[in-house]
Amino acid sequence: MRVLTLDVNGDRLETAAPDHWTLLEVLRYKLGLTGSKQGCDKGDCGACTVLVDGKPVLACLTLAAEAVGSKVTTIEGLRPAHLEGGGTGVDPVQDAFDRCGALQCGFCQPGMMLTARALLNENPNPDRTEIQKALSGNLCRCTGYTQILEAVETAIAESTESEPPRPAWTQDHPHVREDAL
Amino acid sequence: MAARDIHGIEAPWTEFKVVGKSHRKIDGMAKATGEAVYADDIQLPGMLHAKTLRSPHAHAKIVSIDTSKAEALPGVHAVITGKDMPIQYGVIPWTPDETALAVDKVRFIGDEVAAVAAIDEDTANAALELIEVVYEELHAYMDPRESLERDEPQIHPNRKNNNVSKHVELEFGDVDGARKASDVVVEGHYEFHGSTHTAIEPHCAVAKVSPEGVLTIWSATQISHYVHRALARVLEWEPQKIRVIQPCIGGAFGGKSDPFSLEFCVAKLSQLTGRPVKMLWTREEVFYAHRGRHPMSLDYTTSATKDGKITGVDAKILIDGGSYSSFGLVTTYYSGQLLTGPYDFPSYRYDSTRVFTNKPPCGPKRGHGSVQPRFAFECQLDEVAEKLGMDPIEIRRKNFHGEHTKTVNGQRITSSGFMECLDKVEKGSGWTERRGKLPFGRGLGVAGSMYISGTNYPIYPNEMPQAGIQLKVDRSGLVTVFSGANDIGQGSNSVVRYIVAEELGMDAADVRVIAADSDLCPVDLGAYSSRVTFMVGNATIDAARKLRKKIVTALAEKWEVPEARVRLIEGRAIDLEDTERSIPSREAFEIAEARFDTLGSTGAYNTPTLGGDYRGGTIGASPAYSFTAHIVEVDVDEETGRITVPKVWCAHDCGRALNPRLVAGQIEGSVYMGIAETLLEDHKVNRFGLHSGPSLLDYRIPTAIDTPEIEAYIVESLDPEGPYGAKEAGEGPLHSAIPALANAVYDAVGIRLRELPFTPAKVLKALREKREQESKAGGAAAAMDRHLGTH
Ligand code: FES
Ligand code: FES
Repeated sequence: MRVLTLDVNGDRLETAAPDHWTLLEVLRYKLGLTGSKQGCDKGDCGACTVLVDGKPVLACLTLAAEAVGSKVTTIEGLRPAHLEGGGTGVDPVQDAFDRCGALQCGFCQPGMMLTARALLNENPNPDRTEIQKALSGNLCRCTGYTQILEAVETAIAESTESEPPRPAWTQDHPHVREDAL
Repeated sequence: MAARDIHGIEAPWTEFKVVGKSHRKIDGMAKATGEAVYADDIQLPGMLHAKTLRSPHAHAKIVSIDTSKAEALPGVHAVITGKDMPIQYGVIPWTPDETALAVDKVRFIGDEVAAVAAIDEDTANAALELIEVVYEELHAYMDPRESLERDEPQIHPNRKNNNVSKHVELEFGDVDGARKASDVVVEGHYEFHGSTHTAIEPHCAVAKVSPEGVLTIWSATQISHYVHRALARVLEWEPQKIRVIQPCIGGAFGGKSDPFSLEFCVAKLSQLTGRPVKMLWTREEVFYAHRGRHPMSLDYTTSATKDGKITGVDAKILIDGGSYSSFGLVTTYYSGQLLTGPYDFPSYRYDSTRVFTNKPPCGPKRGHGSVQPRFAFECQLDEVAEKLGMDPIEIRRKNFHGEHTKTVNGQRITSSGFMECLDKVEKGSGWTERRGKLPFGRGLGVAGSMYISGTNYPIYPNEMPQAGIQLKVDRSGLVTVFSGANDIGQGSNSVVRYIVAEELGMDAADVRVIAADSDLCPVDLGAYSSRVTFMVGNATIDAARKLRKKIVTALAEKWEVPEARVRLIEGRAIDLEDTERSIPSREAFEIAEARFDTLGSTGAYNTPTLGGDYRGGTIGASPAYSFTAHIVEVDVDEETGRITVPKVWCAHDCGRALNPRLVAGQIEGSVYMGIAETLLEDHKVNRFGLHSGPSLLDYRIPTAIDTPEIEAYIVESLDPEGPYGAKEAGEGPLHSAIPALANAVYDAVGIRLRELPFTPAKVLKALREKREQESKAGGAAAAMDRHLGTH
């Protein structure tokens, strides 16, 4: 057992967990932050990705003790941080993922969105290859990645005030850009 | 027949307000913010954690199990074995051959033998080590051909046909005659390998049993209703004392459509301990639980006339079922029944045999049973075209069976946009300009397919509807929909919301959906066979129209106008001829409630009578079929044998796209999965029955870098019976990706790959053989030339 003081989403939280528990286990089962997902528990899928000091990290391969002294951001932290920064709604990455249909089962997506957020923080205007590379540690089984890439590019287009991507199917369905909700 | 009227005959308008537009998903924001609750996110006070002991042998008798040491371990609360739940079950009621935990024998490495509930996972794992099981090993079957020939030992004792799980032989028309009379015959042997779903969320279930004896179970399942039935049967529990809830689910693809051991175990352990119990499988356990694509050995013969008209198709298929029946009865039928479109077959025969082996059990994976035969047949069609010097797209057009017709095996075809699908991919890919003009190593291939939108075979025989919906209207202006359907990420809850909003003229945000909770929702049979949008969509329209009728009647009475003048639109009720008269939906609901009492309605859907008049004729008989065409571009590296796919064009006829963006997502996800299993994935066990790579890394599911660029096209043929004309989109667009890729490889480098997956080793071997043949032919031709003295 070990007492841990963690900085998660800007909160200083104290908890205790067995020595061998990972950051993912502590976040999910001790702190109740179940937004970070466990798809493999061995570093293959990226569903557990969180940001540690702004960098994407696999929480299933990180001992909770290692995160002490660092700033941890989980998916639950994105919206509050966005609001605190004076924004409205949710983080533009979250919004774009939702609008582009990227959230099918959604299980891979907390990790995916955090990876995308970290990428855009570092490079606000990556090209498609750079996005693919950055996201290549996050597996998605539902989308074929297409709408995920579209979502990231949509978020970029919004921040750079450029044209969002227009997949082939939208040409026959021009009304689809009416995001009524 | 005209496409289904969109709002009912009494509706004075024809334009959609919600349907057909790309709205956000109902659960998108919850998923985007991490708020959505999946099974493993559920933590109950005092909850125990359970783990499963699995068989280390592929086939063995259980001589004895001693759990005493495990039970004595501090922190362990209960240990169960097969004798605690010996009643057999199976998702198909005719083939109950599974037990929650093994009784007497184990049938594959990974078969469940015992389960432990303890204060935490570590303690439960430690307890597993203390369980002593004595096995007596039996001969294990790893090759389906051996299962066909050898009867002893039997994998499932007391079956009359030894290790055969199911055999179907059907002939329509005169196949042999057609063959004799044909101008071209193509014969070939094809090997389709196994692959698995690898939903990113592992299976997980949580149960609690109240002191009154009510079991509540949360499970990552796509078939809540069958889990409910199986629990009642195995636990010998009255079904009304069981509540099955499907929380948000992290992908399924058919991999969560059987009742699984963990659901029974958590229920039993919770009953025994009086505490909530959770079991979460590891990724490795999920690989062994499998239920994925059946490996098939397929022998096909296609006959055709010299102008490219198919005259007969003859198929013999050996299906490796793995260790249990699962959906095997259906798989065996599907392997033959679903091939008879989009082309007209004047004659057709198939002979499919599914056998048991001592491998992880196979089941339904996206495109259940019909992906494998589609691969074989579409490759043959390409060969026929080649022999006749026909364009591969042309031969597909030529054989198209048309709309509103019947297939040779008696399936009723309603709408079909197949021709438009071909047009779209032909144009999009630049087929005409580019094909044949690409450099060596680059190629384009085409293939087509069709798939069901549910079937009229309800798994257990009953006269009740296949889908049900219930609506409740609130004075607040909220409409709550209770839907039994399992939303597995495809968006069925969203579709239900769009339809209710459309019918009741509401803002979609004011429609809430409560789904897949057996205490609250009417029965739906589950998310399989691509039935949900079609069936649940129709049930939703039914329920919403009944409710709308009441509201309109109440308003018409109140306003003293004919009902045709009342319209519900965009959150308001208006008088079409006096636009001053306009009230919010909320007030309209109040007026209707005052007039009719508490407002609510139910709706249901059942398929019409369908299918051929022969045994099995209803299996695969669908109220509507979707159609797909793919063109795949490949790059084959002659030196390394590596195939890469730069781009795929896929056009899918889904009837009306209720939400085009969600349809595109289904198309893209299907294409990705099809290409993945063609090139990378292989669910292989070695000769001992051990999986060759039970991790996401070793199994090699594609990343964002490996996935080709996918151009999706939506074709809307407007089906007369679909909800607003909609059909399925979730499984069809996988099928033809695989043969299109194979045909592209032929176009690129002139080799016909007939054995999946297309690994570099196989490509290199085929290229070598081709070179040898060519040099032999070249040598022979040279010798002939010398002999004849032409030089
Ligand atoms: S759960 Fe951490 S990488 Fe899969
Ligand atoms: S959305 Fe399901 S795994 Fe990515």
